[in-house]
Amino acid sequence: MWESVKEFASEFFVTGDPLIYGADVSIVLSIIAVVSVLTYFKKWGWLWREWLTTVDHKKIGIMYILASVLMLFRGGVDALLMRAQLAMPEMQFLSGDHYNQIFTTHGVIMILFMAMPLMFGLFNVIVPLQLGARDVAFPFLNALSFWLFFSGAMLFNLSFVIGGSPDAGWLAYPPYSELAFNPGPGQDFYIWGIQISGIGSLMTGINFIVTILKVRAPGMTLMKMPMFSWSVLSSCIAIVFAFPILTVTLALLFIDRYLGGHFFTLDGGGNPMMYINLIWMWGHPEVYIIVLPAFGIFSEIVATFSRKKLFGYKSMVFAMIIISVLSFLVWAHHFFTMGSGADVNAFFAVTTMLIAIPTGVKVFNWLFTMFRGKITFETPMLWMVGIIPNFVIGGMTGVLLSVAPADFQYHNSYFLVAHFHQVIIAGVVFGFFAGLYYWWPKIFGFKLNERIGRWAFWLWNIGFYLCFMPQYALGLMGMTRRLYTYGWDKGWFEMNLVSTIGAVIMGAAFLVQIWDIAHSIKHMKRDTTGDPWNARTLEWSIPSPAPFYNFAVMPQVTSQDDWHERKLRIEQGLEKPAKVELEPIHMPKNSGIPIVMSMFWFFVGFGLIFDWLWMAVPGFIGVIACMVVHSFNYDTDYYVTVEEIKRTEAEAGRVIT
Amino acid sequence: MKTSKTVRCMSFLFMFILLFLTTGCADNYIVLDPKGPIGEQQKDLMILSTLLTLIVIVPVLILTFVIVWRYRDRKGRKAKYTPNWEHSTKLEIIWWGIPIIIITLIGIVTVRYTYSLEPSKPLESEKKPITIQVTNLDWKWLFQYPEQGIATVNYVQFPEDVPVRFEVTSDAPMNSFWIPQLGGQIYAMSGMSMTLYLQADEQGEYMGSGANFTGKEFAKMFFTANATSQENFDQWVNQVKHTSPELTLDGYKELTKQGTSDVRYFSTFPEGLYEMTVTKYAASHNHGLSTRVQPPARVKE
Repeated sequence: MWESVKEFASEFFVTGDPLIYGADVSIVLSIIAVVSVLTYFKKWGWLWREWLTTVDHKKIGIMYILASVLMLFRGGVDALLMRAQLAMPEMQFLSGDHYNQIFTTHGVIMILFMAMPLMFGLFNVIVPLQLGARDVAFPFLNALSFWLFFSGAMLFNLSFVIGGSPDAGWLAYPPYSELAFNPGPGQDFYIWGIQISGIGSLMTGINFIVTILKVRAPGMTLMKMPMFSWSVLSSCIAIVFAFPILTVTLALLFIDRYLGGHFFTLDGGGNPMMYINLIWMWGHPEVYIIVLPAFGIFSEIVATFSRKKLFGYKSMVFAMIIISVLSFLVWAHHFFTMGSGADVNAFFAVTTMLIAIPTGVKVFNWLFTMFRGKITFETPMLWMVGIIPNFVIGGMTGVLLSVAPADFQYHNSYFLVAHFHQVIIAGVVFGFFAGLYYWWPKIFGFKLNERIGRWAFWLWNIGFYLCFMPQYALGLMGMTRRLYTYGWDKGWFEMNLVSTIGAVIMGAAFLVQIWDIAHSIKHMKRDTTGDPWNARTLEWSIPSPAPFYNFAVMPQVTSQDDWHERKLRIEQGLEKPAKVELEPIHMPKNSGIPIVMSMFWFFVGFGLIFDWLWMAVPGFIGVIACMVVHSFNYDTDYYVTVEEIKRTEAEAGRVIT
Repeated sequence: MKTSKTVRCMSFLFMFILLFLTTGCADNYIVLDPKGPIGEQQKDLMILSTLLTLIVIVPVLILTFVIVWRYRDRKGRKAKYTPNWEHSTKLEIIWWGIPIIIITLIGIVTVRYTYSLEPSKPLESEKKPITIQVTNLDWKWLFQYPEQGIATVNYVQFPEDVPVRFEVTSDAPMNSFWIPQLGGQIYAMSGMSMTLYLQADEQGEYMGSGANFTGKEFAKMFFTANATSQENFDQWVNQVKHTSPELTLDGYKELTKQGTSDVRYFSTFPEGLYEMTVTKYAASHNHGLSTRVQPPARVKE
């Protein structure tokens, strides 16, 4: 008996690596710490009522952001491990297997479990506020989306200590990701982790399209909508078209692995290249899905801190829509060397380049928003300005890569690695950072420390250039991606060393940011105005943090930058703060079903990964049961009384008569 | 913005490091130091497209700096402030126009080169091309010389100034066959045979590698591509013919097993081995530009 338990444990848990043992210990310790703190302070009930069952979009947004910061930490540690291994030729720090697992999880985590939730966090916290709405269109669905993302992410992360991580790259190209070459549970963790969270992403996409189209404040026509909301709309449209492709592709791969199918296998008539086409039909739009909202953030920030209207609003909207459409027509540029022939390559090369046009227009429009403005450099604006050179250079190398015949030389080299890190870190991550610094006071009611924030900014940027500029050079030296080791004879040592130093500086920058948050919490100055940046859009017209019902009185929108215009009118004495009648507010009730249902999904995934039908089948029944229970639940809403609204507003320092 | 002294110091240091980086040892940049007609044209194309994009990038970077500097908020500034200026058709036409023109130019160049550099297109040469069949295995490269009847592992030699017709396939997960100094790569995929023409104009040993990840020891898939004189090449073939062991079908099966390999030479290989590898998976995946795959001839044991 004892022997068989021991044997099972040695297969079930990942063993034999001191790094993993260290991780095991720290996971157990942190679980113990969390559980005991919650028990000691008797916070379990509070946690359940206020957070785990919430349908409030702002709290869901905060949970997304928290989760994504944790994932940024994990993905960042992965990155540092890789850079440590590559710092010197013939390094013995990580084995080939371990290195492959690390770059695979680094890619998946950074794109799907860091960038996506950070983006969804900002969607959730800001979009309804910007639209003058009380919540998203489907609050219950919103909570379910979050918990699906969360259980998917946890499932994926578990592979690191249980069973073994996937190691076939972040897009898991078959046939290497097929059973024949990858028999362990790692690839199944990959499939189910992404699949479960992917369903959540798709639902978020639908939710925000409906929210933006249907629940805007009265008077806010589409062409008066803030640019961030526009960017969310175009990104969500891309989500709705792209994510079903991902779901199907992964399902087919799972059929191959689990049921002995032959969609993408080497033999039996399988065609691995079909997978590569399919996965990039999702994968390429995905890049634009995460970068479009960042464009929206830049547009908000640049107008606010230049004290000027956004230049070329219509161009911006038009450009964004073109980008989201074109993003579906470029996928084959990821494999020009697959031998599709000159016709196909020429088509995809040209469509890829076309995207540079609307993107370039946006950069010009940001520049001309600053032109003849009064620019101040608070941290959000600092990021915004810092991003322009980063993003412009990254965009330029993107055009270079799209030149198909030249791509035969860049493809799969470090030049490519440098390019996509440059656009994704500068465009997406830095963009979301800018958004976080910008909206932080709205989310939490206090500003982050400017001085430490500036340190973080400079460290990130310096580390960033040091890390990725040498990688362009390495690409031109013929270094290919995903090598875990190389010889002294290649001449790649110096550049790799510099790159590693850059990565370490970025790691330090992350710590400085965490310190910034801790420091600001300790020394916080409550923001009583609700509008600390003197900004322009509706979310700044209410107290910070926003009361749970957002707007005590529904705003009437008359122009673009409505809040800014209203402030001007009040200043000039043209408009007096109006007397309003408060009315009871209709709100959704909290629900435990999203978290419970996602836990059942977790069991489904886990059961299928280990081929334990005794776990998967009941899990699936649980999922169905949750759906049924929710369908028959008619007690889903309530009204906030006028007294409670008055009390809440008074607590936030606003008197409404 | 009040830039503190430390920040200013840091940015100087940073500029210095960038300068250092961009002036590193130039002979390491092998992609920019091609030794054959394909690599040569690809390099020209890389430089041309870089210059074209720089036409947009450089002014944007300068403009960014100037605007940010000139319109920063400070006491006693004289620059204009127009808070409601939000549209100018003239300006918008300009910056929809400029990228359109530049992208059109790059697009035209790209399309032309895409056709002329199509990897399966034979190279113009007075000399008859030599065919080398490349098979990607876990984790090694097998080269077969159908005309010479020899085979090698992780080493390939060919005469200079002669077009080399590489026929590339895979008996393992997809990889990518790349000799940077001669020209761009091509995927090595199972069930199909891809054609890649390359040529070396100079004698020399060039680094070759697998560029697409295939698993554990993928990092060990480097090989040497040695371009020598015709004489040397013939000598080498002769030597391999007479001093090396045979590659049998069993020997090939042994090679397909996962594992790295040193350089190896074989005096002969089973007839039709390459075609057999290709057709073993699926003959139906041949694109028009793939080699015509004949049914495997009699297999010699």
